[in-house]
Amino acid sequence: MRYPSSFVIAVFGALALWPLVTGSYGTDLVAKIMIYALLALSLELLVGSTGLVCFGQAAFFGIGAYAAVLLSPNDGSTPSLWLTLFSAIILAAAYAFAVGTLSLRTQGVYFIMVTLAFSQMAYYLVHDTPLGGGTDGIYLYVKPTWGWIDLDKASHMYGMIWLSLLLGFLFLSQLLRSPFGRAISGIRVNEQRMKATGFSVYPYKLAAFTLSGAIAGWAGYLFAIKDGFVNPELLSWHLSGSVLVMIILGGLGHMRGALLGAFAFALLQELFQSEAVFGSYAKHWHLGLGLTIMACVAFMPHGLVALPAQLRERLSGRNTAKAELEEHA
Amino acid sequence: MDFATFLIQCLNAVQYGLLLFLVASGLTLIFGIMGVINLAHGSFYMIGAYMAYALAPAVSASFGGGFFSTLVVGLVLSVILGYVLEWAFFSYLYEREHLQQVLMTYGLILVFEELRSMLVGDDVHGVTVPEWLNGAVALNEVMSYPVYRLFMSGICLLLAAAMWFVFTRTRLGMMIRAGTSNREMVQSLGIDITLLYRIVFAMGVALAVFAGMIAAPVSSVYPGMGNAVLIICFVVVVIGGIGSIKGALLAALLIGLVDTFGKVLLPQAAGVLVYVLMALILLWRPNGLFKD
Amino acid sequence: MQKRTVLLSAAAFAVIAATSNTWAQAQPKLKVGFMLPATGTFASLGTAIDNGFRLYVAEQGGKIAGREVEYVRVDDESDPSKATDNVNKLIKRDNVDVIVGTVHSGVAMAMAKAAKESGTLLIVPNAGAAAVTGPMCAPNIFRSSFSNWQPGYAMGEVAAKKGHKKIVTITWKYAAGDEAVKGFKDGFEKSGGTVVKELSLPFPNVEFQALLTEIAATKPDAVFTFFAGGGAVKFVKDYSAAGLKKTIPLYGSGFLTDGTLEAQGADADGLLTTLHYADNLNNKRDQSFRLAYAKTYKLQPDVYAVQGYDAGQILGIGLNATKGDAKNIQGFAQAVRAAKIDSPRGTFTISKSHNPVQDIYLRKVVGKENVMDSIASKALTDPGLGCKM
Repeated sequence: MRYPSSFVIAVFGALALWPLVTGSYGTDLVAKIMIYALLALSLELLVGSTGLVCFGQAAFFGIGAYAAVLLSPNDGSTPSLWLTLFSAIILAAAYAFAVGTLSLRTQGVYFIMVTLAFSQMAYYLVHDTPLGGGTDGIYLYVKPTWGWIDLDKASHMYGMIWLSLLLGFLFLSQLLRSPFGRAISGIRVNEQRMKATGFSVYPYKLAAFTLSGAIAGWAGYLFAIKDGFVNPELLSWHLSGSVLVMIILGGLGHMRGALLGAFAFALLQELFQSEAVFGSYAKHWHLGLGLTIMACVAFMPHGLVALPAQLRERLSGRNTAKAELEEHA
Repeated sequence: MDFATFLIQCLNAVQYGLLLFLVASGLTLIFGIMGVINLAHGSFYMIGAYMAYALAPAVSASFGGGFFSTLVVGLVLSVILGYVLEWAFFSYLYEREHLQQVLMTYGLILVFEELRSMLVGDDVHGVTVPEWLNGAVALNEVMSYPVYRLFMSGICLLLAAAMWFVFTRTRLGMMIRAGTSNREMVQSLGIDITLLYRIVFAMGVALAVFAGMIAAPVSSVYPGMGNAVLIICFVVVVIGGIGSIKGALLAALLIGLVDTFGKVLLPQAAGVLVYVLMALILLWRPNGLFKD
Repeated sequence: MQKRTVLLSAAAFAVIAATSNTWAQAQPKLKVGFMLPATGTFASLGTAIDNGFRLYVAEQGGKIAGREVEYVRVDDESDPSKATDNVNKLIKRDNVDVIVGTVHSGVAMAMAKAAKESGTLLIVPNAGAAAVTGPMCAPNIFRSSFSNWQPGYAMGEVAAKKGHKKIVTITWKYAAGDEAVKGFKDGFEKSGGTVVKELSLPFPNVEFQALLTEIAATKPDAVFTFFAGGGAVKFVKDYSAAGLKKTIPLYGSGFLTDGTLEAQGADADGLLTTLHYADNLNNKRDQSFRLAYAKTYKLQPDVYAVQGYDAGQILGIGLNATKGDAKNIQGFAQAVRAAKIDSPRGTFTISKSHNPVQDIYLRKVVGKENVMDSIASKALTDPGLGCKM
């Protein structure tokens, strides 16, 4: 298995240099995309690597975000970065653990629906009860700090998000190469066979589910401290759907697919909303987006990652695509 | 609350539950029998409501029909729509993984919403109840119950009975149930499974559209109405058990009860209660109340 | 294969770089950034606000304070989770001079925060959330519409004058509903009456039957409600269908019957609501506004169009005082605070917290119009709690 170090260096190097070549909007935009990329990575662990299609990832994301705001002290003093980050991740993981315990007893289509329903539960908890501050959302008035890291500075914020994404990517890539990673791959490919060899499948699935929730919570935390404003829509199933689109757009089964998908999805949205390209039809951009999603799933089921191989296969007529898809990340 | 109010609230619960069943029945049909997750189900409901609004003037202008003629025209159109959609689009989804079905129908929701916005606009509309159903039954000196709601509940019960009859007592129902268990076997017995699935899908769409049309005078017709109804329909199906019509009916009634009394007794938690119910039922029966 | 992935990513960056303004440009034109809903339930409100604003600018010959007006539009989808990104597109990517938006309060709250931090001029042409001219108030943030509290308070006073003593309120459990009910209580309870029950249901749930039964069981003198859009249509119809319209009078904040009369039909006849606008105000300004709007857009204007138009007026007043300098916030704010704005709704001024101080009318539904009955509250000022300016 080739370790994709050239890819890691190239992409993360480019991301690191990006703020130097662009203005504040460009930095902001890419920072936001990197947060969604981390969320996409967490879902990739579940869907692409373990084969569990979860339609409720937004719940863990939103819990991490709300934890960032609700755990900040009320008196206006500065929250501690590590304490709030750690707590946000733990809370998201806890909810993932609870949901996993209940939903992993189901299979297939049922599992998808159940995860959706549990994420709606979290949504309504935040949306309707005084716990979450209601439908209009709540402000984060003071950003957390630690030592010399001052998150009010856009560059520090960008750096922290960049580092989070890098760590998440490296961690997950390594995880997939470990015995744990092999086990969940086995579960994805043929769960029956795994069980037949005496493998206890449930704890692995639960562990993957909880870990995925934890990473999603981390992404949510970053979102909250970057924007300074959280809202129940962060837990909505529309966001869950968007993340699924990202990973299938990028290509399932590959961590770099998740990264690619997040960027591609963001760009697609910018494209379809652009009045320069679509004129007065830009306000109907949902149409273009919907058609693109349908076309992608229909014609590019293996995502952008597999596109070069798919094209090559078309042109040469040989089955080179399969070998290329065997890599993990 | 006093006994009279309690009874009225029970009536409210049953009526809401029956309406939910009406809307969710199409979903459980497509979901349960064909194994396709159709997120665009809410969109069909919306199409039904908008049809009730948009077709009414056309129908009355061309042959002077009223509400029921509009209903019939709408139903015919929806069967055609369902047939064409299945042929052009959904038939490709049977072989696909669930994730792909989810995403393609998610894309379809976006497309339908925008088409609706481009064709009919974004305003809120009302549909008038036909005159002879427009009365109210006085319950006490202050409150009366709209006849139209009682009519809707009656239709839902009729529909539930009709569905049960078709599925258990007719040849078509038998073929459908066989097709669910073993598609290849049914095909090898000489039954055209493709046509069968197309008919079932068209029926599912027609049910959703019918629900939208019938409910239109009571709800209003507005953008985004499909999304709100979609999630609760999925909860009905999850609680009731995939593919089970009686499960869907029971689940819908349970949700009606929880929602109605929840609003009155625990207004803060009203939105969450339905999901708590779902979680409890799943703890007890991971695959829903009834297996098909 | 990885090389291609890298190349693809490089291409992606190039596209992003091209769409962001990374080099300074001379901007003699006045860039107005609309952040309004183009999709979703509030899309028609967004269109009305847009139309109203553009009508004002067209009446000024396409220029404000000598600067030609250029528009940039962003669809906020009424989605607060994307709000910060969307407003940053206007502030950082398009470098607009002034932001006009929005309808949804949650989105407006995110916009207010971003505008407060960047110092960009923001005029809110609808969202009535107290936070915008409360804790988030700032010298560069103005509102041309109303605060949720205002129509509620006015109706409270009306209900008290009518002699009602026991009232039940019903609304959605969100900021707009809570603030409207609070306003009603403030206006009503000071005359000795009581709100015996405050019913609410989660937003945007529209299954009202259970709560209507509750209302019937409580038998109050009257009911005050706040609903808007599709919910307002359904509530009015359900209220009437349950026979309550004949037995328990219903009062509402104006949004109950604004833009919804067509759909509500006969069920809305005779309903009394309070709002800062009505369909038959007999002042000359309104009449010429309505004529111009109808001629330009082939539509009848509504309160949202007026709010958009007045957002334009506020911008005009401020910029004329600062000779077109959109960065002179002090001068802008000073001029607007001192001004009397001649609006189709009547004359109004801007309070210390930058919210309109305006007459709230009592309206009655007659046919397809909200006809003005009387002035419920004259020159009503929102308390602007939490605003430290």
